[in-house]
Amino acid sequence: MTNQELKDSILKIEPTAVLEEGKQYLNLTVASDKWHSLAQQLKENKDLAFDYLFNLTGVDYGDTLGVVYHLESTTFHHVMVVRVSADRQNPQIPTICDIWRTAEFHEREAFDFFGIKFTNHPDLRRIFLDEEWKGYPLRKDYDSSLNQSY
Amino acid sequence: MTEEIIIKEAPEQEISINMGPQHPSTHGVLRLVLSLKGEMVQKVEPHCGYIHRGIEKMTESMTYQQIIHLTDRLDYLSAHMNNAAVCLAVEKALDIEVPERVKVIRTIIEELARIASHQLWWCSFGMDLGGLTCFFYGLRDREKILDIFEETTGSRLIQSYNCPGGLMADLHPDFQRKVKEFIVYFRKLLPEYDELLSGNIIMMERSKGIGVMTKEQAISYGMTGPSGRGSGFSCDVRKHHPYHAYDKVKFNEVLRTEGDTYARYMVRIDEMRESMNIIEQLIDNIPAGDFAVKMKPIIKLPEGEYYQRVEAARGEFGIYIISKGEKYPYRMKFRSPNFSNLSALDALTRGHKIADLVAIGGSLDYVIPDIDR
Repeated sequence: MTNQELKDSILKIEPTAVLEEGKQYLNLTVASDKWHSLAQQLKENKDLAFDYLFNLTGVDYGDTLGVVYHLESTTFHHVMVVRVSADRQNPQIPTICDIWRTAEFHEREAFDFFGIKFTNHPDLRRIFLDEEWKGYPLRKDYDSSLNQSY
Repeated sequence: MTEEIIIKEAPEQEISINMGPQHPSTHGVLRLVLSLKGEMVQKVEPHCGYIHRGIEKMTESMTYQQIIHLTDRLDYLSAHMNNAAVCLAVEKALDIEVPERVKVIRTIIEELARIASHQLWWCSFGMDLGGLTCFFYGLRDREKILDIFEETTGSRLIQSYNCPGGLMADLHPDFQRKVKEFIVYFRKLLPEYDELLSGNIIMMERSKGIGVMTKEQAISYGMTGPSGRGSGFSCDVRKHHPYHAYDKVKFNEVLRTEGDTYARYMVRIDEMRESMNIIEQLIDNIPAGDFAVKMKPIIKLPEGEYYQRVEAARGEFGIYIISKGEKYPYRMKFRSPNFSNLSALDALTRGHKIADLVAIGGSLDYVIPDIDR
């Protein structure tokens, strides 16, 4: 599928989504409350068939936090990047680990480093850092003196 | 008077046991919390972070040339591939075309690294299953590759041989001769690996039908590399999104459909043959020319986002850079193959014995610093 065809069929599913062609991949931005149902469609729709989530990144954009999903279809080999942003004070994004199982660990990582809460995640705990760790270290306003006891 | 022996039925309750962080078959500081009923594994919960160094945070205050040296320390057995991912991302962002010579040398070195990594996997996998001889055979042959690396790159394990724009140094004059000698040597010895372990009845009993993963599951878990290809998931980045000189060489993507531990094992054995094929096609045809293009001492990537995928020895390695036009990246994320492969461990091992968990873990071939980053 070309990027134009991808755009048309995604807009048919979710008219509020914003699609633009980037330098490398097609970019999609969607509101967090629409994301879970769209993700379900992206995987199950036979023409889109984005069945392989190869990367999930948490990002601190300054005024908002966000998550970037890199998706690929293993049948058609088209790639798309999805961006979902969350409020900085109370960042909440629906989990997609029921759709792509690999997201379970990746979402725990994003929670660990950015404090993004993935709603309905089965086991949202820190994955690398200690349970007692204060703050979220990959946020730009993180104060590293919080965890220095010496 | 004889004492009466009372035999009680073993209680059927679940117990939980820690495996690791110091355990020889977790291949590093990985802690697995096992829920057991007798000897059967009910649940595996990996606890990561024992070797977490915050590399993603460190990259935010480092230049791209410095970051290359950090990527060595992720999956140290795929150091070349990880280096190349950063270099390719930087070169693509700055529209730099590296000389053909660089592309070919990078391909050869990466395939050598892949063979060396699979050799180390083979010897540790054999040892996990109780075959100590494998350990010596594998390390003996890997030594030859490390010697080649040492001559050309200056170090044996974490070489940092790539740099943005090309290579740190040109090839050693003996490089071609030694690589050719190695191929002749290893072609003769690889059948010995099969004789020793692949056809071994104990090994087959312990790996066939153990830890089965279907293709759909493998895709969903993002299980890539030889582990994914053992389940029939065609995920070779070298084939689907070629880089370096991979579009100029002929090689097969090794695929198996059984999805069990033995399939993952055989994929790696066959991949060593394919890697030798790739090297043979290139070793006599290294184009003359420069080994690097001149770069500015301070590299600033234009504002934007860049993604680069490469095929490391354990699967798809990815680098995602968000740049704000500074000399440091704004955010850099490493997609490490082992982290995704590890998430499948629970699904793979449920209902198997603890000894099978060791075999399955060995067949996933995890490197802990790559998981923890």
